[in-house]
Amino acid sequence: MFDSPADVTERLATVDYLSDDAISTSVFLAAALGKPLLVEGPAGVGKTQLAKAVAQATGAQLIRLQCYEGLDEARALYEWNYKKQLLRIQATSADDDIFSEEFLLERPLLKAIRAGVPTVLLIDETDKADVEVEGLLLELLSDFQVTIPELGTISAVRKPYVVLTSNATRELSEALKRRCLYLHIEYPTPERERDIVLSQVPTIRADLAEQLARTVATLRAMELKKAPSVAETVDWANTLLALGRDELDEPTVAGTLGVVLKHASDHARAVKELGLPS
Amino acid sequence: MSDTSLVDRHVGFVHALREAGLPVSLAEGLDAARALRVIDLTERESLRAAYAATLVKKPGYRPGFDMLFDLWFPSSTTGLYDEDAVKSDTAELSELRDQLARLLTRGGEAEMREFARAMVGRFGRQPAGPGRQNWFSYSVLRALSPETLMARILQEVLAGQERGGLAEKTARQRVNSGIRRFEEAVATDVRRRIAEDSGVERIARSAVRPPLDQLDFLRITKADLARLRREVYPLARRLAARLTIKHRKGRRGRLDFRRTMRASLQSGGVPLTTHFKPPRPHKPELVILCDTSDSVSSFAHFTLLLTYALREQFTKVRAFGFVDTVDEITRFFVPGADVVEAMTRLANEADMVRFGRTNYGHSFERFAERYGDAIGPKTSLLILGDARSNYQPAAVDTLRALAAKARHAYWLNPEPRQQWDTGDSIATDYDAVVPMYECRNVAQLSAFIQDLA
Ligand SMILES: Nc1ncnc2c1ncn2[C@@H]1O[C@H](COP(=O)(O)OP(=O)(O)OP(=O)(O)O)[C@@H](O)[C@H]1O
Ligand SMILES: [Mg+2]
Repeated sequence: MFDSPADVTERLATVDYLSDDAISTSVFLAAALGKPLLVEGPAGVGKTQLAKAVAQATGAQLIRLQCYEGLDEARALYEWNYKKQLLRIQATSADDDIFSEEFLLERPLLKAIRAGVPTVLLIDETDKADVEVEGLLLELLSDFQVTIPELGTISAVRKPYVVLTSNATRELSEALKRRCLYLHIEYPTPERERDIVLSQVPTIRADLAEQLARTVATLRAMELKKAPSVAETVDWANTLLALGRDELDEPTVAGTLGVVLKHASDHARAVKELGLPS
Repeated sequence: MSDTSLVDRHVGFVHALREAGLPVSLAEGLDAARALRVIDLTERESLRAAYAATLVKKPGYRPGFDMLFDLWFPSSTTGLYDEDAVKSDTAELSELRDQLARLLTRGGEAEMREFARAMVGRFGRQPAGPGRQNWFSYSVLRALSPETLMARILQEVLAGQERGGLAEKTARQRVNSGIRRFEEAVATDVRRRIAEDSGVERIARSAVRPPLDQLDFLRITKADLARLRREVYPLARRLAARLTIKHRKGRRGRLDFRRTMRASLQSGGVPLTTHFKPPRPHKPELVILCDTSDSVSSFAHFTLLLTYALREQFTKVRAFGFVDTVDEITRFFVPGADVVEAMTRLANEADMVRFGRTNYGHSFERFAERYGDAIGPKTSLLILGDARSNYQPAAVDTLRALAAKARHAYWLNPEPRQQWDTGDSIATDYDAVVPMYECRNVAQLSAFIQDLA
């Protein structure tokens, strides 16, 4: 998939994803060693975007399993089309095989296993799913095969490139972590964040992007309930453009702070500590 | 690096990680070895990332990992700050401070590292006892005194702009983070030199601090506490999620009989499509009873923060603090309040102390009298404290009655289990009434939360 970590950096850049040493090396190794990549980090640092960018940069199809509380095998892996089966039984007297391909509803995990083309499987927000789902993933990710009692064992034709993301609202199991390569994405340095802003909002002036990145770094250094995410920095940049501001002075910050700080108490704290007009 | 020296180094490094408490499995060690075969070993940051990706699967382990990595795979110099280049051995102190001032705002990672290295070489060697010398950070930092550069850097950067505003705040933040990077670079190089002199294993054992989540609540420093505060919200969210899930019936909710039957009419009475009622999330009520005395003050501080964070997760949380009498402290944690302010007000205004020495028995009795009806059949009761009651009556029966009224009751004790029942601890007596869990650090707190399910 990739020749080297440097190759990863370069190709991700072509799809406007700004990588760094740690990201590129992990992405490269996941491909080279054929292991799933577990990406953790605070909200909005580009975890989901990374998987999308890998798919886009390599021309692979992206299959996404969005996790949520209550997600089960029937939604994640496969399900029998019960309705269709019943109708078939009623319609024909012959003992048709109602447990055949025709009645199988393919869900993201099975779809990824059976895909014949290069595939990136994104298992997004794994921590939101219940613990039982982890058992299922563990099985799937260790041998990339699924056993459907009525059909037999289905093995991957070509192993998908797997990215799992998590916000760490709960610890994922040790067993699952052992099976994966691990990448923790933190908030970027101001230099890198400036570059991200520039890549996402190409029309913004470089010095304004820099000011934004530095101001956000200052905000993150305060003890806030929720620190601004990269996504919010990008939103902030777009907001300034829309308002036609080309400098981040106190009144401008005061007027647009709501874009990056969502809690009233965080807002109040920032106004106080930055000495903004309120 | 030759093959054998690489293998030795790899084995030694993995061993050191395990000694420092990182749970590196056999399989993971092999993954790392495999990774080394496919990356360019001369790219140091790539090597670091390869080890991190295969061996370090919790952010809490990262600082210890980085420290050991720097010891086992020290960076080589590029000669940027060779004697000739900056004459660091002869240069005037003021010249060196000029350079540092520039690096603090504009320095790249590598440049900073090399500069720090040169400075340790020049200022770091100090007498350490009779006839011995050793490497130290403090002498480097004292000589260059980076903090005192703030004023002039600000003057330069702000050049005429108004002081005290946003620009200054941002510039300060930048310089401060530069100073921290410099201090770290100095410390890293000091460790490298000590390792060169007296062996890497020795320094490795003494230098690595336990990961944040394994720090003892009762021994925590102020700086640690600030870092821990960042852990509080994720923990609160987890605890809330656990307590909520625990009360939930069946995953899909109960069968919605009417809807299913109605839908079946379309298919000749065969219930093709089953409809379920949406699961009812029970928002549990939480009552927290927290020992706030000095013997557990850092634990109390942490748990109060947790309480504060929980406030936002539950519709109904009531918190009570006690030393030898009890007061409701919920009012300090109104949603949206500033956490630091809340803690200060709480310390000044809450009425939790009569004579000043912890008295669990009396506190429980007062609680039952004044706030007993806070506990009902939907309540989870959480007690936080070391169960050290200064040999006062325990009021076990009062506690039993309180626990009986609650849906669940748990006690978290920040003391190591071996110390329970020693001295004035009456842990076992209370444990018989309210199951008590050792909770010495964030890791144990997380485990407790995880097991609640
Ligand atoms: N390295 C990067 N290069 C380019 N854009 C980035 C980068 N990091 C973050 N972004 C921007 O941040 C946005 C949010 O990223 P994304 O949705 O992937 O975050 P996330 O980590 O998945 O967050 P969440 O935990 O909330 O799901 C992206 O759409 C992109 O605009
Ligand atoms: Mg995401």
